[in-house]
Amino acid sequence: MTVDPLNMLAILGMAIATYVTRIAGLALAGRLDLSPRAQAAFDAIPPAVLVAVIAPSALATGWAETAATAAAALAATRLPLLGVVAVGVVAVVGFRALG
Amino acid sequence: MSTLWDDARRGFGDIWPAMLAAVPIGLLFGALAAGKGLSPLEVMIMGALVFAGGAQFAAVELWATPAPIGALVFSTLLINARHVLMGASIAPKLQGFSRGQKLLGLYYMADENWALAEKRARTHRLTPAYWFGMLAPFVACWITTSTLGAIVGAALGDPRRFGADFAFTALFIALVAAFWKGRVTFWTVAAAGLASALTYRFVGPPWHVLAGALCGLAAAWIAAGDREGAVAEPAKP
Repeated sequence: MTVDPLNMLAILGMAIATYVTRIAGLALAGRLDLSPRAQAAFDAIPPAVLVAVIAPSALATGWAETAATAAAALAATRLPLLGVVAVGVVAVVGFRALG
Repeated sequence: MSTLWDDARRGFGDIWPAMLAAVPIGLLFGALAAGKGLSPLEVMIMGALVFAGGAQFAAVELWATPAPIGALVFSTLLINARHVLMGASIAPKLQGFSRGQKLLGLYYMADENWALAEKRARTHRLTPAYWFGMLAPFVACWITTSTLGAIVGAALGDPRRFGADFAFTALFIALVAAFWKGRVTFWTVAAAGLASALTYRFVGPPWHVLAGALCGLAAAWIAAGDREGAVAEPAKP
């Protein structure tokens, strides 16, 4: 149970960098006067970010992961959150076993 | 008073599936960090102070002795750059929050709780009780499981055997579905997914997050524009 000073410094640096990104939006928010088109782009931020984070594991890992992604996407059209997670996990185990 | 409690409970009710999905991720993170020589205490401190899963995974990937501080901070900044847009989008919806509540609440804004808050804001007013009811158990869960992962470490075995590594991906797919708004979302998702996967392949992390997010926004901008052109004419007499 030790803390290396250099590691601690790195963690603090990461924490500050992260917090800056998290509160920067506060300063930005009031100043944006959005056109309908910009509003549409703004509304697209959530799905764009979520997809950008998972795309490597979904599309660039292997066929089993890509197939499980398709299964989860299909499940997402009719199942609640946890159901989609269950389908995705079961599918990836199954497809990996096949491959 | 009772609405306060109701809102906090509703926050917990919304976050728990994400919390459950984060359990194997936290354990996996702790185990990987321990493999790079981080102590359980260091993992715990990182979870409590940084609280950013994607950035923490990338950092552990980069970690060495002595710690490459510059590279770690830059990678964290890049992966978390999306928070600027997320914060700008959620900030106007935090009307009932005091300044202190905003500053503390945003400290722990992560993809999952932010996405759920955005979803909630579409139909309800966001309250601090809801926000913190969602945040507190989620943060506690991340710190606990990642620390536990660092302690248990190698004894856990390969999380891929249980498909646990895919829980995160499946969870995000479900969250994307909650934001579905038809054609514009389709083009957003297609562009963001393709750009992110290609950037990951040919440039490498952490650039894929930035590239994917920006291409998704550009696609939404383009798709929304031609819809306006096509629909505006007959719709307005």
